[in-house]
Amino acid sequence: MLVSLLMLCWSVDFFSSSKPTTVLITVPAEMINSLFLISHSGDIFLEKHWKSVISRSVCDYFLEAKEKAGDPENVAPVLQTPHHYLISIYRGKLFFLSVTQTEVPPLFVIEFLHRVADTFQDYFGDCSEVLIKENTVTVYELLEEMLDNGFPLATESNVLKEMIRPPTILRSVVNTLTGGSNVGGTLPTGQLSNVPWRRAGVKYTNNEAYFDVIEEIDAILDKSGTTVFAEIQGVIEACVKLTGMPDLTLSFMNPRLLDDVSFHPCVRFKRWESEHVLSFIPPDGNFRLMSYHVSSQNLVAIPVYVKQNISFLETGSCGRLDITIGPKQTMGKTVESLMVTIPMPKSVLSVNLTATQGTYTFDLTTKVVLWDVGKLNPQKLPNLRGSISIQTGAPKPEENPSINIDMKLQQLAISGLKVSRLDMYGEKYKPFKGVKYVTKAGKFQVRT
Amino acid sequence: MLESNKESLKLEAMKRIVQLISKGKNASDLFPAVVKNVASKNIELKKLVYVYLVRYAEEQQDLALLSISTFQRALKDPNQFIRASALRVLSSIRVPIIVPIMMLAIKEAASDLSPYVRKTSAHAIQKLYSLDADQKEQLIEVIEKLLKDKSTLVAGSVVMAFEEVCPDRIDLIHRNYRKLCNLLVDVEEWGQVVIINMLTRYARTQFTSPWKEDGIFDENEKAFYDSDSEEKQGQREAKPYIMDPDHRLLLRNTKPLLQSRNTAVVMAVAQLYWHLAPKHEVSIVTKSLVRLLRSHREVQYVVLQNIATMSIQRKGMFEPYMKSFYVRSTDATHIKTLKLEILTNLANEANISTILREFQTYVKSQDKAFAAATIQAIGRCATNISEVTDTCLNGLVLLLSNRDETVVAESVVVIKKLLQTQPTQHSDIIKHMAKLFDNITVPMARASILWLMGEYCERVPKIAPDVLRKMAKTFTAEEDIVKLQTVNLAAKLYLTNSKQTKLLTQYILNLGKYDQNYDIRDRTRFIRQLIVPSEKSGALNKYARRILLASKPAPVLESAFKDRDRFQLGTLSHSLNIKTTGYQELSDWPAVAPDPSVRNVEVIEPVQEWAPSLGKAKKPKSDDKFYSDDEEKDEEGSGSGSEDSSSSSSSGSSEESGSESEEESSRDLEKTSSDSEKSSSGSEASSSESESQQKEKKRAKKVTPRKSKQTAADSGSDENGNGPLGKTSSSSAESSSSEESDSSEDSDSDSPAPQKKTVGKTKPKVEVKSKKEVSLLDLDDFSPAPPSAPKSSVFSSSLLSDLEGLSLSNVSSAMQVTTSSFGPVKTYELLHHMTGKGLSAKYHFPRQPCLYQPSMVAVQVILTNSSDHSLEEIHIGDRSPASLNVHCFNTVERLEPGASVSVSMGIDFSDSTQAANFQLCTKEDQFSVSIQPAVGELVMPSTMKEPDFCSEQRKLMGMNETSATIAMATANTSKQNISKQVLSVANVGVVSSDQNNLQRFAGRTVSSGALVLVTLELRESSTALLTINTEKTVMASMLLRDLKQALYQA
Repeated sequence: MLVSLLMLCWSVDFFSSSKPTTVLITVPAEMINSLFLISHSGDIFLEKHWKSVISRSVCDYFLEAKEKAGDPENVAPVLQTPHHYLISIYRGKLFFLSVTQTEVPPLFVIEFLHRVADTFQDYFGDCSEVLIKENTVTVYELLEEMLDNGFPLATESNVLKEMIRPPTILRSVVNTLTGGSNVGGTLPTGQLSNVPWRRAGVKYTNNEAYFDVIEEIDAILDKSGTTVFAEIQGVIEACVKLTGMPDLTLSFMNPRLLDDVSFHPCVRFKRWESEHVLSFIPPDGNFRLMSYHVSSQNLVAIPVYVKQNISFLETGSCGRLDITIGPKQTMGKTVESLMVTIPMPKSVLSVNLTATQGTYTFDLTTKVVLWDVGKLNPQKLPNLRGSISIQTGAPKPEENPSINIDMKLQQLAISGLKVSRLDMYGEKYKPFKGVKYVTKAGKFQVRT
Repeated sequence: MLESNKESLKLEAMKRIVQLISKGKNASDLFPAVVKNVASKNIELKKLVYVYLVRYAEEQQDLALLSISTFQRALKDPNQFIRASALRVLSSIRVPIIVPIMMLAIKEAASDLSPYVRKTSAHAIQKLYSLDADQKEQLIEVIEKLLKDKSTLVAGSVVMAFEEVCPDRIDLIHRNYRKLCNLLVDVEEWGQVVIINMLTRYARTQFTSPWKEDGIFDENEKAFYDSDSEEKQGQREAKPYIMDPDHRLLLRNTKPLLQSRNTAVVMAVAQLYWHLAPKHEVSIVTKSLVRLLRSHREVQYVVLQNIATMSIQRKGMFEPYMKSFYVRSTDATHIKTLKLEILTNLANEANISTILREFQTYVKSQDKAFAAATIQAIGRCATNISEVTDTCLNGLVLLLSNRDETVVAESVVVIKKLLQTQPTQHSDIIKHMAKLFDNITVPMARASILWLMGEYCERVPKIAPDVLRKMAKTFTAEEDIVKLQTVNLAAKLYLTNSKQTKLLTQYILNLGKYDQNYDIRDRTRFIRQLIVPSEKSGALNKYARRILLASKPAPVLESAFKDRDRFQLGTLSHSLNIKTTGYQELSDWPAVAPDPSVRNVEVIEPVQEWAPSLGKAKKPKSDDKFYSDDEEKDEEGSGSGSEDSSSSSSSGSSEESGSESEEESSRDLEKTSSDSEKSSSGSEASSSESESQQKEKKRAKKVTPRKSKQTAADSGSDENGNGPLGKTSSSSAESSSSEESDSSEDSDSDSPAPQKKTVGKTKPKVEVKSKKEVSLLDLDDFSPAPPSAPKSSVFSSSLLSDLEGLSLSNVSSAMQVTTSSFGPVKTYELLHHMTGKGLSAKYHFPRQPCLYQPSMVAVQVILTNSSDHSLEEIHIGDRSPASLNVHCFNTVERLEPGASVSVSMGIDFSDSTQAANFQLCTKEDQFSVSIQPAVGELVMPSTMKEPDFCSEQRKLMGMNETSATIAMATANTSKQNISKQVLSVANVGVVSSDQNNLQRFAGRTVSSGALVLVTLELRESSTALLTINTEKTVMASMLLRDLKQALYQA
């Protein structure tokens, strides 16, 4: 019975049919049936199937939803069509659209798609349409290894890199000359060992291990400058280039500060639970060791204050804007790369502003004012003021735009987290060790 | 170009073809040309051909068959990766004719030595099942077999296959349940998700509900159950509720996974807790779920959906995190709406003012859809919390003067609903709305106002007729919904105020009669018959007033997520709020738990006699302990033995600690290699010898492919008469296969590197020679699995036993289980709580190699605070002798009263039993303590074979030999008991021997690595000759004394 159905299926020309007639047979479950990459403008430029081919016309449902949503950010990640379920993510102006036919945990697919995007980023430096089109073959090879029958197979980037070497200019030149390939000759050993994230036989002349403690402040400040909500999210990014199989232990001065943590799989959770130290055999190269959350119960230091006055006149078609930024609780560090973003209401035509420091731009299509301040000088506070003109006849905007702030404080973890020491076992040499602290603004928003 | 001889041209051509495929263009015409390259030597070319093949084989079945023979040959390849990839591609070719071949391949691969190949076979099961569902029964057999697999690599994939092929065969899980729970932490993350979901379903069918226990307690329950149990024999639950230990095991083992970086895993654990954990334990998932909100937009979306459902039932869970759900102007609309939903769910009397203030900001949002949703949310808050109804209503009325239409419209609709709940004193608002009526154009809002007018027309007697007048003018231009409400309004006014409105009503009814919409025509006709008295109108007329002006129940404003709890959290069905294909309902808790003993692992197969019998801890034989010893060694091997030793040293306990399973995969690699070492050589094989062996192997390999080639070519020509083509392809394949075996050798000689390392760590001073041996002989490990059935079963059985943790092959029959690592761990007192002012410390030797330095002895110290105040900054102070090399534990910052913490430290005793003195300090006090090691703890086991032992012993004669005849307690004469006693005294390893009256033990001193060889020769009448050979003569005499004492005692 099934056989004859399958026969029927072959006779259908997959590409000429505009309706999803090919899915008359119900194939039993699989996680991810097909993947389509769709550009910002709705062009399907890559497809990959792990099971029977699904016509790309299935994307029409998605494109329709995208049309309806307007902003690509607003497209619902999970959609339903008569025969399929579409789960998509939006990364780097691209949609990764996966098609599945049966029940599957949506997060499973979403997480996987993000891994795919991460891998592309890792391989090609960026995840963009142009780059993916340029490297179609590598992309295909990667996808082939990452999924088997719709179930994730190898998603660790270092395992993948052993199988498929990332393209570099030099290698592509050499390959064209010699006819060499970028598929690894050796087969991955990592997949088999109990430390799948690290490959064997790593060698470096300079052994070094660097850790960046990066904290982001998420905050919402209200009109008067009081904190509505603030919390700190931190990550420790590591760059470890050590020979052999080192076993590292990282301990903190004040581990109790950390409220909620999540780890790279290499971290031994039991050690953390019992001693509050991070003990791990690191992957080779760059990786995120842990991410943490400092509870919102603690008071979060807000490094800057914003004095703002944005008003739209009731009559006439103009408004005024006046913003001053000053340092608040900076722990003695300077605020750097200060950047202010103000998404203006749609009815705003143009702005005429003067900045005492830095430069500002106004994007006519998105109506966003972007003020690049640079370093914050406590003696001479930066100020942006001027007038806003609104379309004639348009009503006064209901709401004042909120102000988003971006900034950076070097050599400071705003939560006060400190790494006390890093020890290495299992190897004989002495590595270079370094820890760097950076505080950034995450989703830092001032309501006006 | 594909026909070209040059590899590079072919590759270029294939790349272009793949590009075509990726764009969705049809490239099936090229099939014959491409399929010829399937046996190419170039790996990249080959892979690309695979891509092509998998894509088009379904359409070109006949041609696809040509490639099958290549895969069949590759299935026998010595390299596990080639075997695996061959199976992968073979099973991906969706051609029904090859189903039997696939079945065979899967069965074979399922008992492959390499866990990676077994994993692939688990994947292949699903593929075959989707191709031909008739194979189900056979596939279930394979699944059953693979479920027993102990490798973490396989676990995820096989459960996936289980879910797909036979999700209802829950009986297959019973025996593997505990193993899966224990392995879970080490399974790769995608497998974890699948296993957790499966275990959730399993647990719901196997355990009783933990939810009853809350609040309800004791007597009634007890009585109830007592009477019950009289009827049902064998029902053990006589008490209120006791959680099944297996249920607890699952909850405990999944908890660490909340810290996973994979959001899908976190969500899976969260839903597991939600569906399985006792109510008060569910809240531990909150933090992790809130953490996920920091992730990508799509993740937020799904997580928020789930939180929305959870927050309806359990407000308290998320209330502390309320602020995390505050909306940012940069969020996407659907995220905003979901956050709003959650905030509304969380609202209660205490926090409503904060939430409403927050809502006020949202109402002004530029995102109008969101603003409208906010208004609805305010409405819901108002109905749910009566204290704020008035405030909300006033706020909403203010919004009526908003410039934006959607906001106004939404407000009207919400006000209408609110007024319905308490219509008494709100005529002002209705008047206000009537005034606004002219400006409102949104049909829903207009309809709402009209309905309000009609419903409360008695309270606004003057305005209502006026509104109706206006409506009569514009009736034809209105939307249907407005027209219907106009008709309603007219009817109601006619009944209450017929004097003023009679004509108007008739006019409107006439307009309605000729409307284009049949609904409106029907309604008009109905109303006319109902209210206008005529001779035909019957009894209904009298009741018209009661019908139309009956008091209506107020609508309940509910969350849109109210009904979603019928779906399992985290599923696609939940996300879409529909039942998706393949969704499996979570069953209700059983009233009576099914027999829990089915999960006990029993001895089933002959090979399983080695299994650490989980259920029976009392098994008196010492072999249980032997395993744990072994596991510990392996732990050491991978250099991560830092796990708390107390769990691993409790060898009799039925649970494997997580750390053990972590090591498992490495162990089985190591084991298989050592295994093959033994089976192939038996004695020390020089490297040259092994090389010649290799050559032989190669020759053997060449023979096998040729055979299979012949058969394959035969079948090929039989089926499509394409003989010549088949031959050329297979001949080129042959050359490639030999090439491959070369390359595999290359890669293999790389691959043992990590093994070398682990081996090197286990026995720090194994000679280089033996290392080499391992790496070379490793190849044999990859030799083709013998195709004949009995042989392969031998292989798999030895493998199984390997997996059980045996380091020694079971080939030598003399090697019975002779050893036990040590008896109960002896714990020594370091500091008594009286002298330590509340701080007490105990220590024991975990007998693991020290992490910090190989020359150190690991000491596990358990610090307990038995005082009534917390102790701070517990650390190690001065030590004497000053040269003493101690690795201190990290300062314990705080120890609460009654709490205890276990820390590990390393001490270099320099092979002397001199005590290590140091100070144990707290913030206030310092206590001098000392650790005096027993001589046996200064040694660590060394693995060697009997001949090695003898030759080493010969080198250590004369001065270095100490011996004595000792008397032994009669109970100790059995071999097992002797080794037990010896091992309890000294940390040495057993040397297997086939001489009955001789027992040998080998070890090395920790610091200097000097050999310590112990020989015990049994004599008649409970005496024995004990000989110790070592350079450290002092140690020898001390050890002799200790052993003598131990063996003398019963």
